[in-house]
Amino acid sequence: MTDKILAVLAEHGRLPVSPDSLGDGDDLYAAGMTSHASISVMLGLEDAFDVEFPDRMLTREVFSSIASIRAALDELAEAA
Amino acid sequence: MSDFLAGVKAAAAVAAEHVDDVDRAARFPVEAIEALKDAKALSALADGVPFADVAQACLVLGRSCSAAGMVFAMHQIEVACLLSTEDWPWAKGYLADLSREQRLIGSVTSEIGTGGDMGRSVSAVEPQDEGTCTLVKQAPTVSYGEYADDFLTTTRRGPDAEPGDQVAVMHLRDQTTMEKKGTWDPLGMRGTCSPGFVVTASFAPEQVHPTPYVTLGAETMVPVSHLLWGHLWVGIAIESFERAKKSVKTAGPGGVKAQKLSELHGRLSATRAQLAEGLNRWQREYAEPGRPALQTMGATLRHNVLKTSISTSISQITQGALEITGIAGFRNDSPLAIGRLLRDSLSASLMVSNDRLHETNANLLMVVKES
Repeated sequence: MTDKILAVLAEHGRLPVSPDSLGDGDDLYAAGMTSHASISVMLGLEDAFDVEFPDRMLTREVFSSIASIRAALDELAEAA
Repeated sequence: MSDFLAGVKAAAAVAAEHVDDVDRAARFPVEAIEALKDAKALSALADGVPFADVAQACLVLGRSCSAAGMVFAMHQIEVACLLSTEDWPWAKGYLADLSREQRLIGSVTSEIGTGGDMGRSVSAVEPQDEGTCTLVKQAPTVSYGEYADDFLTTTRRGPDAEPGDQVAVMHLRDQTTMEKKGTWDPLGMRGTCSPGFVVTASFAPEQVHPTPYVTLGAETMVPVSHLLWGHLWVGIAIESFERAKKSVKTAGPGGVKAQKLSELHGRLSATRAQLAEGLNRWQREYAEPGRPALQTMGATLRHNVLKTSISTSISQITQGALEITGIAGFRNDSPLAIGRLLRDSLSASLMVSNDRLHETNANLLMVVKES
């Protein structure tokens, strides 16, 4: 799952660094992800994992690190 | 009526007396602001006046003098930011001073080099050797910059922070140097006196708002701005509508103009309903522990659309009022004059550009689901 998240971040995150160089809990916004790019990341994740994030999950916090994205996807997978 | 609103009404009457001169000379509405200070209205939120009453005050002032209303609204936005957290001892001391001295707070949010994006800063909090901090910000406009006692300024958290990693700093006039850049001769909202400034401040680390700006903005600054501006703008629309109504009454009931007035009334009612719904929902969500609903992109979308749609409606209503009043409304020397109201209303779609908000919303719409 993490590899797939990294691939989405590489394609949509427009980060100045390679997502592979980031730690699991590193703040993606602090690493340079703009709020504009974060929307592309959300869409990319919905596409790659075939899920829909409910509104309560569409927060800055949820998409702020690889770990928090994984936790959200896990929660959606469990609920499915 | 509460004492607060009675005081605001009295100040609005003072504002109305001077509005033509304020507009003509593009001068600060000093009489109205003094009257608001006398009524202790600047510390209303800090003194426990309900937010809805402060919003209503913006509407009342907007009917008399949009510039005075805008100064009042912007000041209350900064006060709301100071009150947004229990966890800021410095602000508690400042708010006590505010209640006593009725200090006027301005804001320094826009910056040259960010393309109009308030969510990014170039300037930064620079820690100095002696334990103080400094910041230097090139602001293309600072509303009532020469008249504010103190300032709330957005800036990067530190010299190494990303452009979006912002904080808000509250600095006092005697900690601040303002170098005026350029002149002030705009189409409308002329009394807000908002030329550009280079703002240099030196302050204690305790004066930095403890909440990251991204959260402070989403929960407090952006919704409060859009709600209070919305009320003031609706005040402009109501005043225009009332002048149109007077003109129809004079001409006698019936006819095309009366029908146009009814159409205008529909638009005004829809706008007011949207604003009321926005106010109620924000207050409800703001009162929730941790304010989770206000962290969502759905909330950002709603607060943005509140701004774009009310700002668009009010200039349409004001223009509609001009069509009804005809030549009497077109004349500046007539009790039915619409000119200033229309010019002031046109600022609404520009201050925080609707184009930029629509661009953001178009993006958010791709992920936010309609519930």
